[in-house]
Amino acid sequence: MSALVQPPLMPYDDVLANFDPVMGLEVHVELNTNSKMFCGCSAEFGGEPNTHVCPVCLGLPGALPAVNKKAVEGAMRIGLALNCEIAQWCRFARKNYFYPDMPKNFQTSQYDEPIAFNGYLDVPVETDDGITVFRVEVERAHMEEDTGKTSHLGGATGRIHGADYSIVDYNRAGIPLIEIVTKPIAGAGKYAPAVARAYVTMLRDLLRALGVSDVRMDQGSLRCDANVSLRPNPESKFGTRTETKNVNSLRSIEKAIRFEMQRQAAVLTAGGTITQETRHWHEDTNLTTSGRSKEEAEDYRYFPEPDLVPIAPSREWVEELRATLPEPPAQRRQRLQTQWAINDTEMDSIINAGALDLVVATIAAGADHTAARKWWLGELARTANDQGVELAELAISAADIVEVETLIAAGTINDKLAREVIAGVLAGEGSPTKVVADRGLQIVGDDSELLAAIEQAIASQPDVADKIRGGKVAAAGAIVGAVMKATRGQADAAKVRSLLLAHLGVEDA
Amino acid sequence: MSELITRTAAELASAISTGEVSAVEVAQAHLERIAAVDGAVHAFLHVDSEGALAAAAKVDAQRAAGEKLGPLAGVPLGLKDVMCMEGIPTTCGSKMLEGWRPPYDATVTKRLKAAGIVILGKTNMDEFAMGSSTEHSAYGPTHNPWDLERIPGGSGGGSSACLAAFEAPLAIGTDTGGSIRQPAAVTGTVGVKPTYGAVSRYGLIALASSLDQAGPCARNVLDTALLHSVIAGHDPHDSTSLTDAVPDVVAAAATRDLTGMRIGVVKELGGEGYQVGVRQRFEEALAVLTALGAEIVEVSCPNFDYALAAYYLILPSECSSNLAKFDGMRYGLRAGDDGNSSVEQVMGRTRAAGFGEEVTRRIILGTYALSAGYYDAFYGSAQKIRTLIQRDFAAAFAQVDVLVSPTAPTTAFKLGEKLDDPLAMYLNDIATIPANLAGTPGMSIPIGLAPEDNLPVGIQIMAPARADERMYAVGGALEAALLAQWGAPILSKAVAL
Repeated sequence: MSALVQPPLMPYDDVLANFDPVMGLEVHVELNTNSKMFCGCSAEFGGEPNTHVCPVCLGLPGALPAVNKKAVEGAMRIGLALNCEIAQWCRFARKNYFYPDMPKNFQTSQYDEPIAFNGYLDVPVETDDGITVFRVEVERAHMEEDTGKTSHLGGATGRIHGADYSIVDYNRAGIPLIEIVTKPIAGAGKYAPAVARAYVTMLRDLLRALGVSDVRMDQGSLRCDANVSLRPNPESKFGTRTETKNVNSLRSIEKAIRFEMQRQAAVLTAGGTITQETRHWHEDTNLTTSGRSKEEAEDYRYFPEPDLVPIAPSREWVEELRATLPEPPAQRRQRLQTQWAINDTEMDSIINAGALDLVVATIAAGADHTAARKWWLGELARTANDQGVELAELAISAADIVEVETLIAAGTINDKLAREVIAGVLAGEGSPTKVVADRGLQIVGDDSELLAAIEQAIASQPDVADKIRGGKVAAAGAIVGAVMKATRGQADAAKVRSLLLAHLGVEDA
Repeated sequence: MSELITRTAAELASAISTGEVSAVEVAQAHLERIAAVDGAVHAFLHVDSEGALAAAAKVDAQRAAGEKLGPLAGVPLGLKDVMCMEGIPTTCGSKMLEGWRPPYDATVTKRLKAAGIVILGKTNMDEFAMGSSTEHSAYGPTHNPWDLERIPGGSGGGSSACLAAFEAPLAIGTDTGGSIRQPAAVTGTVGVKPTYGAVSRYGLIALASSLDQAGPCARNVLDTALLHSVIAGHDPHDSTSLTDAVPDVVAAAATRDLTGMRIGVVKELGGEGYQVGVRQRFEEALAVLTALGAEIVEVSCPNFDYALAAYYLILPSECSSNLAKFDGMRYGLRAGDDGNSSVEQVMGRTRAAGFGEEVTRRIILGTYALSAGYYDAFYGSAQKIRTLIQRDFAAAFAQVDVLVSPTAPTTAFKLGEKLDDPLAMYLNDIATIPANLAGTPGMSIPIGLAPEDNLPVGIQIMAPARADERMYAVGGALEAALLAQWGAPILSKAVAL
């Protein structure tokens, strides 16, 4: 394994004092269509290797592609949601290069005639002045097919260098992909990494709302490549860029861009030049390493795909699809804020936590908005933060939260126990009701059980009991505390207190 | 030699359906003929006796059960080795695919099987359909039954030769620049390249996707029309497949009177470079057409002069990409995998070992033509020429119903004669290429023997896209008139094998 050497980095503030960052983001989205882009094979994730294959997606001699209309529809809906124009007429093109995970040794893609182009996404970013909206311009969204998946085996690293042999699974080959490419994003300054993250987050949420993709970065159904370059100031022309791949989480997008800015700044300041190259982000070590140099970049010899007829979506079709679009994010935010009667700061904190969809889903499942917000922004946000994952990645559903709320309302558990229940759900122990049962977390409600605990507490603190009998009701806290401890917090403290006082024959003050 | 092998496909189908002869007997007669003559002709790369007899037996069983048989049920056929057939070796005439057995049937193969047509085997061809002589087959050339020292045309020389040698009454060809029509012309048989998209390309191993078209081959126009009707029709697996109803080419083939038909002679095809005997027979055919009531006019298609140049940019470009999949990773040949070499090295060695000279030449040409900085000058310009040629056709068909020319500039040349001169070889297709560039249909039928060498000459009949029936009408009428003149089919004049 080649050692991952930490290159020199310039402190972030110094980068900003000396350079202006420019980014370009390429997001690949796997559509969740039933079948692949050009054949009838299942497009489901996983499956035994090489079982979702046929002559077409294996590129067998003689096989021909036929376009999946659902995929074209998905591409057009994405384009429309990104405020793009939809092409009157467009074609597929072949991108020619040899690689074993590409059965035909060319990828059927789109080149200079994308299905959607000239769009934008307004993304809210938390700045020193509160939430600021940045407009990220979208150059194009085009259709293409995914490749197979290569695994390099026998080596120590799982990478191609040092591997004994490689195997290919073509289940993924031919799954419809939409590539969404931004125009250069300039002017974000120190917020550049945050803008990138906010853009991909918003894009992910939008795609989820469209229902066109599973948008799982961990499974590769949403993948982001980040182009980064630096220039001395906003007036100078763009510097040489690097393209960072393998950025597999929202957090990594931000970190990888920040890393590249710091690395490039150090190189440039030391009098070096940036090599135009592909770099790989390493999630474990939080750094990028050099991949293929673009100087020896391949000539893809693009030409129009002769096996497919051009696509000319009728304007009626486009309008039909436009009518299926979900509410635009900004409008939705405004509507929810009014509905919940909360202020800008409260709304911002929901958005920043990535909790908006989760809160909405929890309300839809039956919780009231106060409770929904309380759990997602409190306990769960803390857990996500501790674990370094996105809120949405936590193993708990909106329905689980509603179930916890129902258990509280029924008096089965209290707030303190609810936190334990949630911990159990997050740990994969099952539904809240199951966790309550398995962990024995219900409030001890049986009077005789509580009385037994009270008598025991009195017996061990007879002097305190005497004080209470003598009228010092305030001393009851010590006995109540002992009972709560003995019942491991599973008792209702108010109830313990009233039972204790009644037992001692004392009137509550 | 059984007289069954000299019958037409229509006659055989009729005899089988009435029970005069069984499909198995017919298959057997043709398999025996293949055993007797194919050692000399080498039209077949693979003979599937077992499969053919089983398919024939099935037709006989269906007939015995009183089931209605299709119009060509039980008739034997030679399938060009470019067409996938499940479980049967399909090599494209290349070492690259030696031993490969497709796990699926091409749409054409499926339709042939469904029609009860008995597939005898796979016919020889120039490697990956690149050539005009079948000499580029990695398995050795096919010999022209008229003169075994001569080429049977190409790339579909196996399909044309198996007809001329009476090894099969029907064959499937594919035509990218003339690979059905030129072999038909030089073997005295009939071949049709239908309108682009009329016959599904699914399962046809691609040479140049935008030019390739499969079509019927036979010894007469009616048989060709019957086969055309079986294989044509929309296929959702081929996005370029036409959705139109298949024209009634069988009815058109029965045409005997051409009164009112306007026939254009393409000025640019037939002058310099055309053999004297070819021009002579062509002129005589025009006289016959006139006698049949047609009006002959000369039309000019000026951009046809650039067709060959445009074709040899578009074809290599597409083929360089289509043939990229042959890399030894998934099927077919793998060379030089010694356990110490990279994927790139093994791919390179496999391609160097598996592809012949002509294939390599065209891949290199195409790779160059598509390269950054050259694309516009080569591929881009060629596509412009293609548009201009389509306009020439449109303008011509505004004046006339069909266009005619000699199919090939010469009769069959000698094996080896043009093997070292690619350009001379390419010129064989000068008259047939424009129809591929325009996607329009073309047919070749025999019009006699050139006096100087007693070898067959063909006339090419071209119609507008989706008007294939016009070629069958003109071809059917001309064929009948010539047959009346000759008294016997032209193949009866060939030397006996």
